[in-house]
Amino acid sequence: MNAERPTDAARPALLRANRWKPWEFALWLAAFAAPLADPSHAALISEIAIVALFAMSLDLVLGYAGIVSLGHAAFFGFGGYCAALFAKHVMPDPLVGLAVGMAAATVLGALCSVTILRGSDLTRLMVTLGVSLIMLELANKLDWLTGGADGLQGITIGPLLGRFEFDLGGRTAVYYSLVVLLVFAILARRLVHSPFGATLMAIRDNRLRAMAIGVPVASRLVAVYTIAAAMAGAAGALLVQTTSFASLDLFEFQRSADVLLILVVGGVGWLYGGVIGAVVFKLMQDTLSAITAQYWTFWLGLFLVLLVLVGRDRLIRPWTWLRRRGRV
Amino acid sequence: MSAPPVASTATVLSALGLVKRFGGIPATDNVTLNLARGARHALIGPNGAGKTTLINLLTGVLDPTEGRIELEGQDITRLAPHQRVRRGLVRTFQINQLFDSLSPLQTLALTVSQQQGLGGKWWQPLGARRSVAERCDQLLEQFRLATVMEQPTRTLSYGKRRLLEIAIALACEPRVLLLDEPVAGVPAGEREELLRTIATLPAEVSVLLIEHDMDIVFSFATRMTVLVNGAVLTEGTPQEISSDERVRAVYLGEEERAPSHA
Repeated sequence: MNAERPTDAARPALLRANRWKPWEFALWLAAFAAPLADPSHAALISEIAIVALFAMSLDLVLGYAGIVSLGHAAFFGFGGYCAALFAKHVMPDPLVGLAVGMAAATVLGALCSVTILRGSDLTRLMVTLGVSLIMLELANKLDWLTGGADGLQGITIGPLLGRFEFDLGGRTAVYYSLVVLLVFAILARRLVHSPFGATLMAIRDNRLRAMAIGVPVASRLVAVYTIAAAMAGAAGALLVQTTSFASLDLFEFQRSADVLLILVVGGVGWLYGGVIGAVVFKLMQDTLSAITAQYWTFWLGLFLVLLVLVGRDRLIRPWTWLRRRGRV
Repeated sequence: MSAPPVASTATVLSALGLVKRFGGIPATDNVTLNLARGARHALIGPNGAGKTTLINLLTGVLDPTEGRIELEGQDITRLAPHQRVRRGLVRTFQINQLFDSLSPLQTLALTVSQQQGLGGKWWQPLGARRSVAERCDQLLEQFRLATVMEQPTRTLSYGKRRLLEIAIALACEPRVLLLDEPVAGVPAGEREELLRTIATLPAEVSVLLIEHDMDIVFSFATRMTVLVNGAVLTEGTPQEISSDERVRAVYLGEEERAPSHA
């Protein structure tokens, strides 16, 4: 059909992949309009944005670089606690606090990145899980600093940009979370469509060949793991700032597992998987736990089993269910 | 640059007394091999002779137990694989090693970007640099991948995948190219095409070819090394090799072309 391509076909084709799609604009418009349409759910929307940011950071590591993690909450929690302590003891400005939380998580991410360079997926799962458990117990044990099991209370966050107070209605909080999410989404989008992002995918697909074309595999993984840790730290700082509270559940295993689950629900390796997954997960949690508070995870479990067995593509296209069943 | 006069300037790549043992068993046994600049050198030997192990040692996938590797007179024995690639030592794989979820276009674009030192750039989109896109167009055309350039690599036919395997190596702009059975499994129609591409590589690129097909070896190589049980049996011109009785006995004897068994 189009065998006769012009010889300069590569550049437009490559740049096309990078272009913003109409649905992306629609998605962000909807996100920013949601708190206006339903102000009573501002807190929930804010939480979704924060979880989406957290999931997006895991997607960089898991979806793009192919590094599995069961301990991503280590960075989330560390960023959160550092932002909380900074607000409590140094200054209450949220943006400076956000930067501090991110910086702290960046350092932790860079240190931990050496643990994920070698070994199999199983060793990575264990090592990342181990790091998050260490962080959890440190936060628990250093109760003079962190408040231990009681959590860190008495955090007051100053007005955003010196003007917008964090009100009870959560309006400042939700737009703060959404704007931070948008900023990181734009940065992450840049990153995954760049040569750097392409070399990450090369490492994910075939590490041996990535080395054989000159990609410095170890330094790429260190870089992406550190960047993802910074994003996770920002998400943790956001949660602490918008709720004025830091507790041990920032580090809990449950949080690492949930974010992995969210990413699986939304799809790995396309950035928006974290956003879609966070929306679906949090809305399911919200509606199901309103119906059956204790047993909502049953329905979540059922949904997951179906999702994985049937496949995401088929699940969201019910009209294909009757066609061609037998392809085991 | 003033390279130290370790090897003669005509030698680009040398393996000096390479030994690799796996649990005491030598897979590579004291191999010394010199690849001349612009060489068309073939490495032959029966199955299990240690040809691929030798390639893995040269490219840094494996570390030698003993011995040294020099590229352009510089010791590269301890360099990581990607550092050797940056110095122009590039290989292809006997079994395709591709990026299955990426398209040929993405694959080549990222390889060319890496080669041009842009691999760490995260702010520009892939292909924003014109020189990258132009090189991709050249390679896609040269390897007849332009029509499938946007399909995921995993969906391509074996022949196309094989072409991409070789195209990736050329995208690295090699100065020394190690070809591990490049036409293995390639259908007859595409085989000639691929061989012609290899034959028309620039003269300054030095090529070490591992190949089983003797017709290909003799039409391509001006020099040959015979590897048996991990050690070099002999080295010489194709004429010398084909008339060497020991080679006939251990290797060519397996083929139909050597009826006069000594």
